[in-house]
Amino acid sequence: MDLLASQLINGLHVGSIYALIALGYTMVYGIIKLINFAHGDIIMVGAYTAVITLVSLNWSPVAALIAAIVVCVLLGLTIERVAYKPLRSSPRISSLITAIGVSMLLQNAALLLFGAQPRPFPIVLKVEPLRFGGLQISFITLLTLGVTALLMISLQTFVHNSKPGKAMRAASEDYATAQLMGINVNNIISLTFAIGSALAAIGAYLYVMAYPAVSPTMGSLPGLKAFIAAVLGGIGIIPGAMLGAFVLGIAESLAKAYISSQMSDAVVYFILILVLLFKPTGLMGKPSGEKV
Amino acid sequence: MLKVNEINLFYGSIHTLRDISFQVCAGEIVSLIGANGAGKSSILNAISGLVPIASGDILFQGQSIRKTPAFRLVSRGLAQVPEGRRVFARMSVMENLEMGAFTRQEASGIRDDLEMVFDHFPRLKERRKQAAGTLSGGEQQMLAMGRALMSRPKLLMMDEPSMGLAPLLVSEIFDIIHQINREGTTILLVEQNAQMALSLANRAYVLETGKIVKEGLGSTLLADEDVRKAYLGG
Ligand SMILES: Nc1ncnc2c1ncn2[C@@H]1O[C@H](COP(=O)(O)OP(=O)(O)OP(=O)(O)O)[C@@H](O)[C@H]1O
Ligand SMILES: [Mg+2]
Repeated sequence: MDLLASQLINGLHVGSIYALIALGYTMVYGIIKLINFAHGDIIMVGAYTAVITLVSLNWSPVAALIAAIVVCVLLGLTIERVAYKPLRSSPRISSLITAIGVSMLLQNAALLLFGAQPRPFPIVLKVEPLRFGGLQISFITLLTLGVTALLMISLQTFVHNSKPGKAMRAASEDYATAQLMGINVNNIISLTFAIGSALAAIGAYLYVMAYPAVSPTMGSLPGLKAFIAAVLGGIGIIPGAMLGAFVLGIAESLAKAYISSQMSDAVVYFILILVLLFKPTGLMGKPSGEKV
Repeated sequence: MLKVNEINLFYGSIHTLRDISFQVCAGEIVSLIGANGAGKSSILNAISGLVPIASGDILFQGQSIRKTPAFRLVSRGLAQVPEGRRVFARMSVMENLEMGAFTRQEASGIRDDLEMVFDHFPRLKERRKQAAGTLSGGEQQMLAMGRALMSRPKLLMMDEPSMGLAPLLVSEIFDIIHQINREGTTILLVEQNAQMALSLANRAYVLETGKIVKEGLGSTLLADEDVRKAYLGG
């Protein structure tokens, strides 16, 4: 019983991190229909920024987090402007290949600058785990869940109640018609990249707090998992990415505990295939025949 | 108010609009009729700035808008009700109307116009919290028109507002267009329903495969032999 409970909590922990990253994939896809393969590497850049500011520059943990957010946002905006914007009216395959290229560029740049050797991420929080009966929960887990919940609520509020948030939804439903409303979609696209990158930076920070190794390719795996989560939930749909991420995180940690850790990735892919077989648009996706 | 000067438009290598010229004066209802694929929607999209023209010029209130990005035209007083309504399906009726007023700041003016839209379309008021995608086709058309009116346009361009609607609803929609025009909005109406469009219009243009082949008063064209044969079933 305690094993099950603690695995569920582990699942929510990794699920939270996947969710923060998955939102960037899904929001960008929602508007420009591009799978931003470089998004996973934003995590890596955020992690390096944090580790360098913390260790080499001796900044406080909060300052390092802010630095990671700023660097990731600027990087996200630059990638969009330089790599994707010029291709906006080209066939989709061009921007997809460009995205893979940007991803490789970032990884190799990190390899050149920082070497292949992983850097340890310092302990920024020394708090005893909390006990609930027989259950022990690390403070980092609680912090991750709390921060993620807060960010998701804020994002939903922003998207549903603010004017730019509504414009973002309009642009993601119908790009051309949004322009006929007077919405500057270029600004909305920039805003989307900025929000996605900021969430990825926070996700990166929480990720290395739990798995404290920073390396040039560290973004690939969480990036891939988050992308799968976004597809699982229904790509382009914000609550879908959140749901998909938690389903994935929980499935993964249950599989690790009850099947085997080697098999956990296979379980993830199996779930993805199963969902897509029965509901090709993802868990929260609308049937494609929707009246529009 | 609007002057289109010998515009040419290509999709790839296909020459879709050929030297199109026409104008719309303040206060008028002007109709553009033509068969499927004649290029009617392309003309509206070129004016709105959604597709680039290869040559020619478009003047709105005396100024060239040829190079103006689409989103800047709304605050200048140009609005388009696109073909097929294109409401934001996952957003509520109210949010769709808010998007129509996206470029405006004055809360009181927006509130007045919302009242005006609900006066024209009482059904939208009843359904203001409903997702736009769940409205009937006719209601979606009303919403698309209401949404465009929320920008308080000087020139309202409508692309086939009668498409897919029952005859009774079509005449209701055309009555409302007439009313909107009487309240001071200039209208450029694109239609396949030539009977309705020509009866409503002050002036009209007939478009065939990317070329304007006839122009005249709505009533004149309604009586025209060729027009009757081609568009009014004899
Ligand atoms: N985005 C596009 N790319 C390529 N060709 C296009 C595009 N849009 C329209 N066309 C072509 O241009 C021609 C004119 O199309 P347009 O939509 O302007 O016609 P229309 O008069 O509005 O027709 P309908 O009454 O069916 O709406 C058609 O042959 C169409 O196939
Ligand atoms: Mg058309």
